[in-house]
Amino acid sequence: MTTIGVLGLQGAFREHVRSVEATGAKGVVVKKKEQLDEIDGLIIPGGESTTMRRLIDKYDFLEPIRQFGKSGKPIFGTCAGLILLASEIDGSYDVHLGVMDIKVRRNAFGRQRDSFEASLNIEGVADDFNAVFIRAPYVEDVGEDAKVLARYDGHIVAAQQGHYLACSFHPELTDDHRITAHFVKMVEESKKSLAL
Amino acid sequence: MSQTGTDRVKRGMAEMQKGGVIMDVVNAEQAKIAEEAGAVAVMALERVPADIRAAGGVARMADPSITEEVMNAVSIPVMAKARIGHITEARVLEAMGVDYIDESEVLTPADEIYHIKKDEYTVPFVCGCRNIGEAARRIREGASMLRTKGEPGTGNIVEAVRHMRQINAEIRQLQNLSEDEVMVFARDHAAPFDLLMEIREEGRLPVVNFAAGGIATPADAALMMELGADGVFVGSGIFKSKNPAKFARAIVEATTHYDDYKLIGELSKDLGTAMKGMEMSTLTGDQRMQERSE
Repeated sequence: MTTIGVLGLQGAFREHVRSVEATGAKGVVVKKKEQLDEIDGLIIPGGESTTMRRLIDKYDFLEPIRQFGKSGKPIFGTCAGLILLASEIDGSYDVHLGVMDIKVRRNAFGRQRDSFEASLNIEGVADDFNAVFIRAPYVEDVGEDAKVLARYDGHIVAAQQGHYLACSFHPELTDDHRITAHFVKMVEESKKSLAL
Repeated sequence: MSQTGTDRVKRGMAEMQKGGVIMDVVNAEQAKIAEEAGAVAVMALERVPADIRAAGGVARMADPSITEEVMNAVSIPVMAKARIGHITEARVLEAMGVDYIDESEVLTPADEIYHIKKDEYTVPFVCGCRNIGEAARRIREGASMLRTKGEPGTGNIVEAVRHMRQINAEIRQLQNLSEDEVMVFARDHAAPFDLLMEIREEGRLPVVNFAAGGIATPADAALMMELGADGVFVGSGIFKSKNPAKFARAIVEATTHYDDYKLIGELSKDLGTAMKGMEMSTLTGDQRMQERSE
């Protein structure tokens, strides 16, 4: 059975667990770094990125999550999670995990009153995907190895780089589990190749 | 095609705050301390509830220059309070770009009968509640987030505990009713029938419910999480304490790890004196903010 951990320090982690379970995989909430050994893939959920970073530091998650990624296990960041994965934020290299070669702008669409829902085509994942953007970031630019999966209004809102996946919106807030299913498939494939 | 101000976007914003602490602040400096400590949002105010109590008189929406100062100081969401029923204060806050409006009994109500029709706004609202009837009425008016009322500015957790237990007990009661009994429950609690049916089905409120009103220590915050709160508001507790930065960090951690008692013990060491606190029986009727709305 494929087990997907959802980083449960703050934010909408239970919704992600529900979404993972809807795809048929097992979802667990990860609150302690030791739990990283028990999972095949990790989701970093939406929430407040500054709050999550503080708790990541406090509980020594930063390096263990980087190592988790380096070992070839997939990581999926949504909204705040995307910010945590990025290698450049708001023009500064003062980054969090920095494992994905993407430049991110925080609160890029504006304040809460500018938050919105829109239909997206996510390349190779889903057409007409109902995406919920909440004080969302977008990706200004991606490195050579990263692939753009979706744009909204010209801005990059989903990208993949090998076994790293990131999106600006909140797939866990709807009943559309297609992007979660895409991630679960990435994890299943990595599990097979890591077992070889 | 995109749509702003949908239920999903407004309620979703509160979902992102779950497991977090929202702190009352009165200036940019406090807002930065809160953000640094890991607050998920700040509530910009002219005075914290304890000072509102002490000052007496009519408490209104904060001077917009204070709210703006806070909005410019931090990148986390900024909430602000409007008086109950004060449509114009709420519209002003929305126009300013505040991220969430608290239609709050901490301020002196502008309308003693009616609340704001909140579903007409693009900005989401949070409201206080003491029981399932208040919770359901506020949701149907358009609140995207709830909080227990507790008794603000007292540093006494007893009312927040009462309200959280009350709401959760009533949800369980509702789940145990057969369908033909729900109408009488709706009548008794003055709550919309269809919303009660939805709550009965799901076993939970359709919006996030935080605890507020009297949280003064890390253990208080953890207690409210234990009782089922989705997160906590801390008003007077932090900036009325001796070392606000340390206190704020301790509350954030106790909220995340509310069932790690050894950790909460460690966090609670040497925090200095918590706010003094008030015993409920010393409050006269009009000093009980929770009774300002139903």
